[in-house]
Amino acid sequence: MSYKHWQVEDDNNIATVTLDVEGTSANVLSREVLEELEKLLDRLSAREHEGVIFRSAKSSFIVGADVTEFRRITDSAQAADVARHGQHLLNKIVALPFPSVAVIHGHCLGGGLELALACTYRVARDDEGTRLGLPEVKLGIHPGFAGTERLPPLVGDLTALDLMLTGRTVSSRQARTMGLVDETVPERYLLRAAQTLIAKRPRRHKARWWKRLPAWKFVRKPVARLVERSVRAKAKPDHYPAPYRILELWRNSASQETEAASLGEMMAGRTSRNLVTIFLLAEELKRRGKKQQHNIERVHVIGAGVMGADIAIWAALRGFQVTLQDRSTEILARAVKKAAGFYKKKLKQPRLVQEAMDRLMPDLAGDGLTRADLVIEAIVEKVEAKRDLFANVEKRVPATALLATNTSSIPLEDIARALKDPTRLVGLHFFNPVAQMQLVEIVRGAQTGEDALNRARAFTTALDRLPLDVKSSPGFLVNRVLMPYLIEAVALAEQGHALADIDGAATDFGMPMGPILLADTVGLDICLSVAEELAGPLGIEVPQRLRDMVAGGKLGRKSGEGFYHYDKNGKPVGRGKRTDTREPITERLILRMVNEAVACLREAVVADADSVDAGMVYGTGFAPYLGGPMRYAETLGDVGICASLRRLAGEYGKRYEPDAGWTRGEIFKRTLLKD
Amino acid sequence: MAEARVFVVDGARTPFLKAKGAPGDFSAADLAVAAGRPLLARMPFAPTLFDEVIVGCVIAAPDEANIARIIALRLGCGKSVPAYTVQRNCASGLQALSNARERIALGQAHLILAGGTEVMSRAPIQWNAAMVGWLARMMRARNPLQRLGAIAKFRMANLKPVFTLLLGLTDPLVKLNMGQTAEIVAHRFGISREQMDEFALTSHQRLAAAFDNGTMNDEIVHLYDSRGNVAFEDTGLRRDTSLEQLAKLRAVFDRKYGNVTSGNSSQVTDGAAMLVLASEEAVSKYKLPVLGELLGDAWAGVEPEQMGLGPVHAVAKLFKRFNLKMNDINHMELNEAFAAQVLGCQAAWASADYCKNELGFDAPIGSMDPARLNPHGGAVAIGHPIGSSGARITLHLLKSLRRAGGGTGVATLCIGGGQGGAMLVKVEPQRSAGGAA
Repeated sequence: MSYKHWQVEDDNNIATVTLDVEGTSANVLSREVLEELEKLLDRLSAREHEGVIFRSAKSSFIVGADVTEFRRITDSAQAADVARHGQHLLNKIVALPFPSVAVIHGHCLGGGLELALACTYRVARDDEGTRLGLPEVKLGIHPGFAGTERLPPLVGDLTALDLMLTGRTVSSRQARTMGLVDETVPERYLLRAAQTLIAKRPRRHKARWWKRLPAWKFVRKPVARLVERSVRAKAKPDHYPAPYRILELWRNSASQETEAASLGEMMAGRTSRNLVTIFLLAEELKRRGKKQQHNIERVHVIGAGVMGADIAIWAALRGFQVTLQDRSTEILARAVKKAAGFYKKKLKQPRLVQEAMDRLMPDLAGDGLTRADLVIEAIVEKVEAKRDLFANVEKRVPATALLATNTSSIPLEDIARALKDPTRLVGLHFFNPVAQMQLVEIVRGAQTGEDALNRARAFTTALDRLPLDVKSSPGFLVNRVLMPYLIEAVALAEQGHALADIDGAATDFGMPMGPILLADTVGLDICLSVAEELAGPLGIEVPQRLRDMVAGGKLGRKSGEGFYHYDKNGKPVGRGKRTDTREPITERLILRMVNEAVACLREAVVADADSVDAGMVYGTGFAPYLGGPMRYAETLGDVGICASLRRLAGEYGKRYEPDAGWTRGEIFKRTLLKD
Repeated sequence: MAEARVFVVDGARTPFLKAKGAPGDFSAADLAVAAGRPLLARMPFAPTLFDEVIVGCVIAAPDEANIARIIALRLGCGKSVPAYTVQRNCASGLQALSNARERIALGQAHLILAGGTEVMSRAPIQWNAAMVGWLARMMRARNPLQRLGAIAKFRMANLKPVFTLLLGLTDPLVKLNMGQTAEIVAHRFGISREQMDEFALTSHQRLAAAFDNGTMNDEIVHLYDSRGNVAFEDTGLRRDTSLEQLAKLRAVFDRKYGNVTSGNSSQVTDGAAMLVLASEEAVSKYKLPVLGELLGDAWAGVEPEQMGLGPVHAVAKLFKRFNLKMNDINHMELNEAFAAQVLGCQAAWASADYCKNELGFDAPIGSMDPARLNPHGGAVAIGHPIGSSGARITLHLLKSLRRAGGGTGVATLCIGGGQGGAMLVKVEPQRSAGGAA
């Protein structure tokens, strides 16, 4: 019997079941795959075997369920059915009359890990690329194939909760230590380990009794309450219900049926649908970058300040040979120190840290220009300085080198004028900190050539960042949409509103950080300079308070004081209490942002509404559960928003006038995802 | 078969770091990579095109077996470039250059990365032989009774550590440490304590001047550590030293009556120096700039008790082979293992008796003009990481001759165990052969 996605072989009475899903590069448990698995299992259990091995023919085990199928599921009953079907299947694996072994290499996530949990034993490959986890919570749902039931007995309750609530992945060695897998071996012993387990049939691993203490009858509830407190610090229940649901399932020792029904509810809910959409947006952006070759091995970064150092450190981490140039050895030394600390934390193993540090060379003299494939400029935001720099660089680099600028506010055309071949210049606008903010704006100047754009996109994907095409215009997308929101916050502060109210309104809405704290963190000097750049083109009034503070040396976190005060660890102190204000702060802040987003669409700064959403979510962390500002506008409805804007304009000023774009329906089209 | 010409394209060295009683921040491979990386970045060809990498190193760490290979891989030469490590004690760096030169001269290679690296501050401290024997006994014990028996044999003396650095600096056959050989040379040629101190002072002063007027900028890379510090200069340099201070120091090798102090000796130091050597063919193929040419090298053996006189013989051999006189040499780098030893070499060259009896020269070779001998300071101020010095002085020699508008130079070192090595170089007056100057 042959299957489309599975292969079954019989060798010495041990069946080997290999998954190789047709048409994709990674194995996902789509409906079709699961249907075939059911037939396969029925045939398997009908015959006598010593044991069965489940493995994958691709470069990773199974990365989870088919997320694109999620989007087609419209109601909770449908979703619950999917879960039930999967549970039923995995129960069949558990019920097999002979042992089963999951042989895991590469990524083993979500439903894939649940399948492995249903097996008697698990063997994982010992290398950096092998990672296991249950990331469902990141998509606003939770494990639905009995994972909540099978994980705690294996690794203990607190570990299980940690894995499910954070969605983090663990290495194969960590998996071995926690009991998630039975053996972690190099590639050459994977099969032998599996065969040995089948032959020896040791007792199935169980977590030690003290690891199951939290599950005891009277301990469960207090533990759940404690864990909930730490969850609440990170996510509000009405924005992100999934983690709370996970806790609830655990606390009530939920049955498989309860898990399935709950999954249905979560999947059909607004948060999950939005999180899935922005996840797929990110995947699409990555895919666009993979279409072309970047032909870049050596990257030369000029300017070792905060951004330049961050970009260089990240690029070296991702395997590029990086030379980092600056005029000051102190600044270079600080960058090297930052790199060492970052690599130690991220890579841990000394050998890997050394390899990364070897790839990052401080380069006062600019020797790296001789053979650079890509030059990224990240110096001070002054057009003359950038022009001079690029004119010099063009003379020293190979003719095939790509030239990029990290400018956040200077039009590309102004810089490109200094070049003999201006088509080579593209904008690569990173966000701070590079390690956390996935977005990179690929800025197209009027003069930028297609080849440069293609290479920039491909390079960004190779960096494991998300390339978003934007047109060269003041503020591009993210800063342009963010700035009016920040200015409005400063204006509110100027008008005497409590800072805690302003920031609180934003975090209540779902922003990761309040605008006042954000301004302090970015640096008030930077905010001021960006605001001044955008003031003319966008007609924004720069608040005098901001000018005064910068003039007085209050630059925010980096100077110890901005709007808030900061202790020596950079933590804000004394942020004040919230008052019972009647001021529509949230409306003023968020609608200002949404209005500006529409202006961007009207001016074709980005291609479509999907791009706006992806940009704002991955560039500034705009409330992911809302799916981005344009998705939020969709749910409120343009008529309602325009009415609110007109009201606000009447009370607070014409900056709130609805942008002309609201009436042009065609700009709200979405083109990134094919439904 | 005629020998092919061998050119040095460029080179770089790290600041030399004086050992401070604790293991240094960098391993020997780290330093070689720190010197090699900027050097290779300046090359117009990819490091995968080297035919070989040859590095001199005496005290590689236990996890740096064949350190040249580790350095080659870390510098991005790729798996296909073979590499090996050489050791001729204090002249290991020069030996690496010599091997590389030979390869290219014989037409077997066109591009070689060669140099030396040493981290003396991390020289291992070992268990002594008695302890090793006891540990072996413990590990062979198969039952509690045997284990108890082994434990009973333990002696406190087992805990006395062996400082391999001290062992390395002592000649095992004549049972003299290097400093004592310098005392012997000083005694033979009547070199006084004052002369030694004066020479030492000059070394520091010359080095300080060289740093101050930027002479060293072209060959020293900046060395960054992971704590936000940068080193630009050799840390052994004492700008503030004086004859009075030097005179106060006690003799360190023969404590009671000796003259050789820590002030007029080279210092225990960490450092690396790397050079790119190329054949004429490679120079024209890749349009490489040329720093200078390696004409040849010579090696000689002398009594281990007077190892400091090694250069006298090695240079004499060079002169014989290439038909040169001392006057023909525009600049000489003679490694300052000890002030006494350098002065001893000068005295030997000037002595008619010595030149006749020991070198077979009818007339004295004549000592080198002191103004052109180590004009920018030497190991007394810079330090002497044994694997690197040979490469450092050759690099500096070439750079200095280039700055002076060309000339002929000799780089020479004495070698613990009783040897000397010398390298003859030539720098053309102006344009580099083959292109981009």
